[in-house]
Order: sequence, then C-alpha cells, then structure tokens
Amino acid sequence: MSWLPHVDLPVAEDGNGRFLPMMIGIMVFLATLAMAGALAVENVVDSWNRDVTGTLTIQIMPAEGTPEESERVTSARLEQALGLLRAESSVADAQAIPVPRLRALMEPWLGSAELVADLPMPRLIDVTLREDKPIDLGDLAKRLADAVPGATLDDHRLWLSKLVGLAEGLGTLARVVVLLVTLATAVAVVQATRSGLATHRPAIEVLHLIGAQDDYIARQFATRAMLLGLAGGLLGLLLALPAILLVGWLSSDIEGGFVPKVTLTLAHWMLLLCLPLAASAVAMITTRVTVLRTLARML
Amino acid sequence: MGQNRDHRSVRARFWDRWGGQIIFRKQRDRRDDAVAARFDAVGLRYGTGPEIFTDIHFELAAGSFHFLTGASGAGKSSLLSLLYLAQRPTRGSITLFGKEVTTIHRRQLPAMRRRIGVVFQDFRLLDHLSTLDNVALPLRVAGVTEEEIRRHVPELLSWVGLKEQMLAKPPTLSGGQKQRVAIARAVISRPDLLLADEPTGNVDDRIATRLLHLFIELNKLGTTILIATHSESLIQRFRMPRLHLEDGNIQVLDAPRTPARPPLPGSALNALGALGNPGEGDG
Repeated sequence: MSWLPHVDLPVAEDGNGRFLPMMIGIMVFLATLAMAGALAVENVVDSWNRDVTGTLTIQIMPAEGTPEESERVTSARLEQALGLLRAESSVADAQAIPVPRLRALMEPWLGSAELVADLPMPRLIDVTLREDKPIDLGDLAKRLADAVPGATLDDHRLWLSKLVGLAEGLGTLARVVVLLVTLATAVAVVQATRSGLATHRPAIEVLHLIGAQDDYIARQFATRAMLLGLAGGLLGLLLALPAILLVGWLSSDIEGGFVPKVTLTLAHWMLLLCLPLAASAVAMITTRVTVLRTLARML
Repeated sequence: MGQNRDHRSVRARFWDRWGGQIIFRKQRDRRDDAVAARFDAVGLRYGTGPEIFTDIHFELAAGSFHFLTGASGAGKSSLLSLLYLAQRPTRGSITLFGKEVTTIHRRQLPAMRRRIGVVFQDFRLLDHLSTLDNVALPLRVAGVTEEEIRRHVPELLSWVGLKEQMLAKPPTLSGGQKQRVAIARAVISRPDLLLADEPTGNVDDRIATRLLHLFIELNKLGTTILIATHSESLIQRFRMPRLHLEDGNIQVLDAPRTPARPPLPGSALNALGALGNPGEGDG
C-alpha cells in the first residue's frame, strides 16, 4: 500500500485492502451511470417540456351544410371552444384567428382570395399557456373533442407530452436505481469493514493495553478505510466518465434536434463527484463506529 | 573489582539512556506514591463461575521486586490482568500509584496504562510491524515525536541485542528474540510498574538469567517489578520476595535469607552483551 499516504500506525493487510476499493469502485461506477442517466433524462424532459408549454393551436373543422349554416355552426363551435379554453386554469389566453388573416395565410397555397372565399375554412385558435401551470394535453384534447365536434388539438405536441410522461417515468426509475445502488454500497461497505476488523482485534487489544486512547486507535483504522474507499470510488468514477461522455457524444450526433443533447450541468457533475466521497465516508464512519464499539466492550 | 566497575557502567549507561533524560513523559515524583499497587479484599469471578480470588490483600511497595508464583491455573495471569487494567475485579478495591482504579472513569485508564509495562506470556507482538515499530508502539501511542523514536528505539534494540533484527518482522524471529522484543516494548517508556508473565518461558536458563538482570537493572532505577514464573531455578537463584497464589488466596513470602542472594554471575554488561549475539541457542 505504498501509494497510500503515511498513517501513524500501519494497519495489517486484511484482504479488504483489495476487496473494498474494488467493490466500492464497481458500485460507484453503477451509481454514477444510473445517476448520469437520471440527470440526462431530466434534461431531456425539461427541454421537451419547454416545447410543450408556451403556445398551442386548436383547429376547428368547418361544419357540414350550406355555406351559411356551416358558417353559423362553426362560429358557434369556435365560441364554445374559446369558452372552454378560457376556463382552463393553465391557459393564459385564447384568441380566435380572424378569418381574413386565415385567408391571407392560405393565399400562398390556394391562390387569390376570391377563389377561396366560398371554401369552408377551418378555424384556428391561438392558445397561450401559463408557464407556471402544468397541463395535461391528452386530457384537454379529449375534453375539447367531446365538447366541441370537429375540434382537434395539435397532435405533435400531444404526442410529445406522452413522451415526456415516459421519460419522466424513466427518470424516476433511474433515481430509484441510484438510491438502491447507494444503499447496497453502504450495506456492503459496512459488512466488509466489520468482517475485516475481526482480523485486527488482537492489534486493537494490544494498542488498548499499552495505553492508547480509543480515539487514537479508531483513527488508525478509519483513516485507512477512508483512503481505500476514496481510491475505489475515484476508480469507479474514472471508469464511468468515458461512458457518460460517449453517450453524450452519441446523442449530440443525432440530427434534427429531435433528441435534445444529453448534457450534464455543473451542478450535476458536482453531484457525481460526491459519490466517491460518500462511499469513503461510509467506510470511514463504519470503521470508526465498529472499532469504538469493540473498545467499549474492553475495560 | 572489574566486575563492579562494569556493573556500575551498565547502570550509568542505562540511566543515561532511559532514566536521566526521562524523555517520554514528565517526571513524576515517585516518592509520593510509596505504594505502587494495593489490593484490598479483591474478589474475581468470571460469569457465574466460582471465585478465582477471594478476599485478596497485598501491597507492592514502590521500587519493590516480587516473583508471582503458584500452580498453573492458580490465577497468576488473572492477577496480572487486574494489575494491567484489562479487567475490573468483581469486588474489592485496587489502588495503583495512589489512585483507586476500580471506580476510575474509563477515559482516565489510558494514562494509567502508560505507567505500566507488560510482557505478555504470548508476547502479543504485531506481526505486520517491524521490530522497531513494535517497540516504538508505546511511544507512538503516547504521542512521542518520530525524531525521538528514531533516536531512542534503535538504542534500546541494540542494547537488548536486536540491532540486526531491527527491520525484521516478528514471524521471522526466534522465540527468544520475540521475547526480547516484547520486553523492549514493555520497558521503552520506562514504566513505573513492570509486569511480566512467564518472561523466561521461551529461553534457556542462561538467557533467562540475563533477562532477569535486565529487570534488576530497571528495578534499581525505581521501577516496581512483578514477575510471574513457575521456574524453580529462577526462584532459587534470585532470592526475591514472592507473592504466592494458592486456593484463591495470596501469601506474601519474604525473600529467603539463606543462602544469601548470590552475586550477579558475571558482569551485567557481559550478560547483556551476550544477549546481543544473534542466533544464540535461545529459540
């Protein structure tokens, strides 16, 4: 263990010297990947959510019948849809797009206004959503369709909102994995540390009997456990980093901007760097507690 | 004549190295503690078993030298473990250096233990540490600087003839060498009380005699010494007062007056020098 800094009292090899760093390394690797996944999914969801929120467009198909009747029914439906939308808490504003403006919009495709004057035109409602209120587009679309015949909600956004739901589910799952892996690491470190310390009992006894303070004895073993944990944790992180960067690079390579770039913010990186520190802290605290407990049983 | 001069020079050397400087802790006024250890009505039992000791009374005057005798299983090791504070008695009171230790707080025990040197029967050396580090252990634990350790531990090691084995680990040492490491560890901090459990069990008579002289030198510097032994020849040769354990009781037997305590066989310096010959048939 020449790579470890000098401890006041060298601790005997107990098998944990290799086992503990390796185990913590693997655990940190898995936890890092899971956490990176969770964080990246969170980023994706955020950017998709930004697309979903903001504005959306409602289309109302013209009703059947004579032009006059159609016009009358469609207008009634338009008002009905506007009423429904304005009653929504997540809707900031809903405005019907005036027919002349619609015709102007159509002109490049349909030619002069006179020609299309008699054509039944779908009517559009421009909806501005409130930033601070979540909206269930699927539910809104359904209620709109039920209440107002011929009303449809822009389906790209609807589909995206379903995707966001899936991604959020995945994010939650990844977070649960992180939690479980962290828990498993802690339990494994506690067990390994305890069984390793059985080897050191004679040494602990001798130190105790020649007048060492409990704190001094605990420090010798805890320092070593901390260093072993840190070494393993950093190794795991080191192995996980290329994997994260690779995924990020692959996702940035997809064209069309459909899949938002998988990037981690500085705060996320800091969180990842905390994993090895947490693992070594668990190893250190367990060792300290175990040694102190062993000593407390001696006079 | 030459014998005396040699003898004095050993004491002088020992005092210079281990007594005069008192580098390892503040000098205490030993005169204040006329009694190193006192047992009053001490009883000891393990669990619900029978009492090993019943109503033990005795006193070790500061600077005294006693053998502790008794048949195997009479409780010699148990008595020593009470003295080196590995356990508390079931009843009664034990006083060390004027302090009642049966009621003392746990936190104050390490400081007491540092005044006591112990040579364990099974040595209890740490196998992963070199001879040097093993002997330095009591100093490190007491917070002595590495500089002091480097200055004094090798000196004591060459003094007990383990200069060549300084960096060797205990598993490579012979039984006699391990014993000397254990003794060096017990005396390195110049304890006020030295307890030894069969310290000559692993060596032949000649080496045993020389180790005894080391203890005698230490005793002359003021250390109270109690040595558990069942070696009749030692008891016969070194006429010291005895604590004799029998049937759970202790008897203090004065040093036999006849024959008179013989002079040290050969000079102490030679004796200790001879210890320095490695590979001597002491294994």
